[in-house]
Amino acid sequence: MKKMKLVVVGNGMAGMRAVEELLKIAPDLYDITVFGAEPHPNYNRILLSPVLAGEQTIDQIILNPLSWYAQHGITLHAGRKVTAIDRIQRVVVADDGTSAAYDRLLMATGSNPFVLPVPGRDLDGVIAYRDIADTHAMIDAAARHRHAVVIGGGLLGLEAANGLKLRGMDVTVVHIMPWLMERQLDAEASHLLQRSLEQRGLKFLIGAQTAELLGDAAGRVRAVRFKDGREIAAELVVMAAGIRPNTELAERTGLLCNRGIVVSDTMQTITDPRIYAVGECAAHRGIAYGLVAPLFEQGKVCATQLAQFGIGRYAGSQTSTKLKVTGIDLFSAGDFMGGDGTEEIVLSDPIGGVYKKLVIRDDKLVGACLYGDTVDGSWYFKLLREARPIGELRDRLMFGESNIGDVGHEGHNRAAAMADADEVCGCNGVSKGAICKAIKSKGLFTLEEVRKHTKASASCGSCTGLVEQLLMFTAGGDYSKAPAKKAMCGCTDCSHQEAREAIREEHLLTIDSVYQRLAWRTPNGCSSCRPAINYYLISTWPKEARDDPQSRFINERSHANIQKDGTYSVVPRMWGGETSADELRRIADVVDKYRIPTVKVTGGQRIDLLGVKKEDLVHVWRDIGMPSGHAYAKALRTVKTCVGSEWCRFGTQDSTQMGKDLERALWRMYAPHKVKLAVSGCPRNCAEAGIKDVGVIGVDSGWELYIAGNGGIKTEVAQFFVKVKTAAEVLEYSGAFLQLYREEGWYLERTVHYVGRVGIEHVKKKVLEDAANRKALWERLQFALDGEPDPWFEHAKAQVDLRQFAPLAPAVTA
Amino acid sequence: MNARSTIWQAVCRVDDIAPLGARRIAREQGLGVAVFRGAGDRVFALLDRCPHKGGPLSQGIVFGDSVACPLHNWTLSLVDGQAKAPDVGCAVSFACKVEGDTVYLDADELAHKALDVTAPVAGPRAKSTC
Repeated sequence: MKKMKLVVVGNGMAGMRAVEELLKIAPDLYDITVFGAEPHPNYNRILLSPVLAGEQTIDQIILNPLSWYAQHGITLHAGRKVTAIDRIQRVVVADDGTSAAYDRLLMATGSNPFVLPVPGRDLDGVIAYRDIADTHAMIDAAARHRHAVVIGGGLLGLEAANGLKLRGMDVTVVHIMPWLMERQLDAEASHLLQRSLEQRGLKFLIGAQTAELLGDAAGRVRAVRFKDGREIAAELVVMAAGIRPNTELAERTGLLCNRGIVVSDTMQTITDPRIYAVGECAAHRGIAYGLVAPLFEQGKVCATQLAQFGIGRYAGSQTSTKLKVTGIDLFSAGDFMGGDGTEEIVLSDPIGGVYKKLVIRDDKLVGACLYGDTVDGSWYFKLLREARPIGELRDRLMFGESNIGDVGHEGHNRAAAMADADEVCGCNGVSKGAICKAIKSKGLFTLEEVRKHTKASASCGSCTGLVEQLLMFTAGGDYSKAPAKKAMCGCTDCSHQEAREAIREEHLLTIDSVYQRLAWRTPNGCSSCRPAINYYLISTWPKEARDDPQSRFINERSHANIQKDGTYSVVPRMWGGETSADELRRIADVVDKYRIPTVKVTGGQRIDLLGVKKEDLVHVWRDIGMPSGHAYAKALRTVKTCVGSEWCRFGTQDSTQMGKDLERALWRMYAPHKVKLAVSGCPRNCAEAGIKDVGVIGVDSGWELYIAGNGGIKTEVAQFFVKVKTAAEVLEYSGAFLQLYREEGWYLERTVHYVGRVGIEHVKKKVLEDAANRKALWERLQFALDGEPDPWFEHAKAQVDLRQFAPLAPAVTA
Repeated sequence: MNARSTIWQAVCRVDDIAPLGARRIAREQGLGVAVFRGAGDRVFALLDRCPHKGGPLSQGIVFGDSVACPLHNWTLSLVDGQAKAPDVGCAVSFACKVEGDTVYLDADELAHKALDVTAPVAGPRAKSTC
C-alpha cells in the first residue's frame, strides 16, 4: 500500500515533537516532509538565552541533527518558507517554488515577536528576540556597541537583558507596566527581582512609554525617545514586548483564526479536518500556549490522531514559569495574584531575598509565586495540577515538601546547592553531575527520559522530586513535567486509574480483552503493565478472572524470592511471629539436608533461608511443612506482634493472639504492593506498629488502629484511623481498609501513597462513616480469600508450573 | 569447520514451554541455555545470563520478542540478545529452530559456546572467594 503523505509546516519544537511521537507509535504510516523557514535543523528555542549569555553554544541546543531526518526518511526543506496552501489540491508551496502534496497537514508555525509600531522600528540595530539569527545579531552587536535597550520587562526581555549585560553591554530595560514580569509575578516578588537585577548592573525604566527610535546618518539606531521627552542612547534595541501566534499563512489559507489557529481537543483545525495545528500558533479553547510543556502534550495528542488511533484528547494545560537567569530563582504558576474568594499564605523576607506566596481557593492550591527559594516549585505545581484538597497539609504547606517528608533523603532537597559529585539517586548511584550532563548532552525533557538514560529515580523513586528540580534548573523552567495523568507504560496512553475503571465498568476478565478494549500498542504488553493488569483483574473479579502466572514477576511464579546469584530465599509463615521447637527442628534439618548457606532472622519475626537452589524449592517447602510466608509477593507479609498481656507485666491486651487472628484472616491476600501489619499490646509499642500499613495498638479500653505507615525508603508514621473496642472490630476495620486499598490502589502503590493520593478523609468516609460499606468491603475480602490455595502445597490450584523447578537435560549426542 | 553442516539437537517440545514463558536447558559444561516461547509461539534461545549482572533470563517476564531480566529489569531482545536502549549490552544468543512441535539447538553451540562465562556468586561463598 502506498504511504500517506504528511507535510509539516514549521521545523520548531512543537512540530518536531509531534513527529517524534508519531514515529514512536506509527513509524511507517507516512511519508513525511518538513518545511522550516530557518536554515537550521530543529533546536531548543528555550535555550537561546543561555546561548546569548555565553553559557551554551548553538551546537549544544540542537535537538534533532540533520542525520535524524535522514535516518527516519524525512524530507527536510530548511530555509524554505511556505507561502501558500492549496486546500483543494492539497499542496503546499514554498517561497522558492518547492511544493509538496499532503494527505495530512500539520501547522506548527509558532509565533512572531510583537514589534512596537513606533517610528524608527526599521532602523539597523533594532531586532526582535526569537531565533538563532536574532541571537547572533545580539552577540555581534554586543561585541561592537556599548548601549542596549530592551523593550519589554517580561521573561524573554529580562533573559535578553541579562545575556547582553554578561556580554559587556550597558543595558536598560524599558517596561510600560507597573512592575517587571507582571504576568508571572506579583508586585512584591517583582521588586525583589528588580533589586537583584539592579545589583548585577541592569538599569530599569518602569512605566516608560517608548515614542520613537532615533537613527544616525548611517541608518543605525542611536537613541530611544520616550513620550515624556527623555532620550537614552542605544545602538541596539531589542523588542521583547510579547509574541503573537504566527497565523498569517493560516489566515490566507482560510483557516479560522482567533488568537491563533482554532483547534479542537484532537488538535484538528476547526475548519479542515485534514489539517492539524500544534504549538504557539494554535489556539485551543481560546488559549495559545507559549511554553514548552503544553506543546509537548499537544504533540502527543496530535500524534495519536495522525496515527489513526483516535484516542488522544487534549484538555488544556496548567503552566508554570521559571526565569533562566543564572543565580536568580523565581517560579510562578496558576492564579498567583489571588483576589476575591481566595486566601493567601505569604512568607516575606526582603532582606534575605526570599518571598513566597501561595494562593488557595476552596481548600485547593490555585497559584504560587516564589522568589529566592524555588526548591518547592515543582511540588506546589503538582498540588496545583492535581487540584488535591490541601486541608491536612495547610499548616505546613509553606515550609515545603521536605517538611512534609515527601522528598526523601533528608537534607538533600536543595538541588541547586548540591555539588556535581553529590549523589542524587542512592539506588543506582547517580550523581547530580551525571544527570545534568545527560540532560544537556542528550536534550532530555521529561522525567521519563532522565530515568531511561541515567537510571536516576528509576528504582525507588524517592529522589523523583530532586530529579525534577534538576530538570528545571538544567533544561529550563518549562521542561515537560510528567503530566498529572500518567500513562501506565510505553504500551499505552491509559493511566492506572483508567485501566482499573474500564475493568470494573465493562466487566473485563482477561488481559487480552483489556488490551483490546483500551487499544494497547503492543500485542502482549510489557513487564511493567502485564503484572498490573493481571492484578487488577483478579482483585476486581475474584473467582471469575483467572490468574495468569506468566504475567507475574518470577518471585510470584516460583513462590520464593530470587537472589543476585539466581538462587532463592524461603521464608515460612510463623503466625504472629511465634514458633515452636518442632518447627525449628524441621527448619534446622532442612538447612542441613539442602546445604542452605545462610539462615537469617528477618525484621518481620520470621526465619529466612537464603541460597536455596530452584531445583530444591518444592522439597524444601514440603520438608519444612509450614505455610508460605509470601515474603516474595505483593501480598500480606507479616503481622509482627509483641508478647502482650499473656506475659508482659505492662501488657494491656493479648496482642499476640490478635496478631495471629489477623494473620490467619488475611494471609494469601494479594494487594497492589506488599502489606505489613503489627500489633502492640500497649502504647509502648514494642511491635513498632507506627510504621506499618495497618498498626494496631492495645490500650486499656480497646484497640487503636493506625494506617498507611511505612518503614521503607521514606519512614512514614502511620496516621490514627479509629479506636475500637473488640477484636472482631479490629478484624473488620482493618480488613475493610485493606480491601478498599486492594480495589482502589494502583499496582506497586504502597498504602502510604494510596492514602496520600485519595486522602485519608476519603478512606474514613468509606470505612468509618458508612457502616454498610465497611461490612460490604470486609465481606468482599473474605469472599476473595475464601478457598485461596497455599502455593507451597496446593500447586495445581495455585497454578504453580512445576516444570520450572527442573531444568531440561537433553540427551547428549555424539 | 564452517563447511560442516549444522547438527541440530532436539531439546524439548514447544509445549514443554509455557506460552510467554521459558525453560532452562542444563548443559554438560558451562551455564544453562534459556529457551523462550514468545508471541505467536516463536522460540528463541539465549545463554541464561543477563549481560548486566548475570541474572537468569529464563526467569524473566516474556513479552513480544523480548524478555525482562528478573534482577534489574533490563529488557533484552530474544532475537539477537541486544539490550534495549539506553542500556548497552548483549546476551549470548544460540541458534534455534522448531520443526513440527520439537525445538532444536545447534549441538555444536550447545556443547562448546560460551563455556568460559561464569555465574554470579552470592552469600558467604562470594566473600571467601574475593
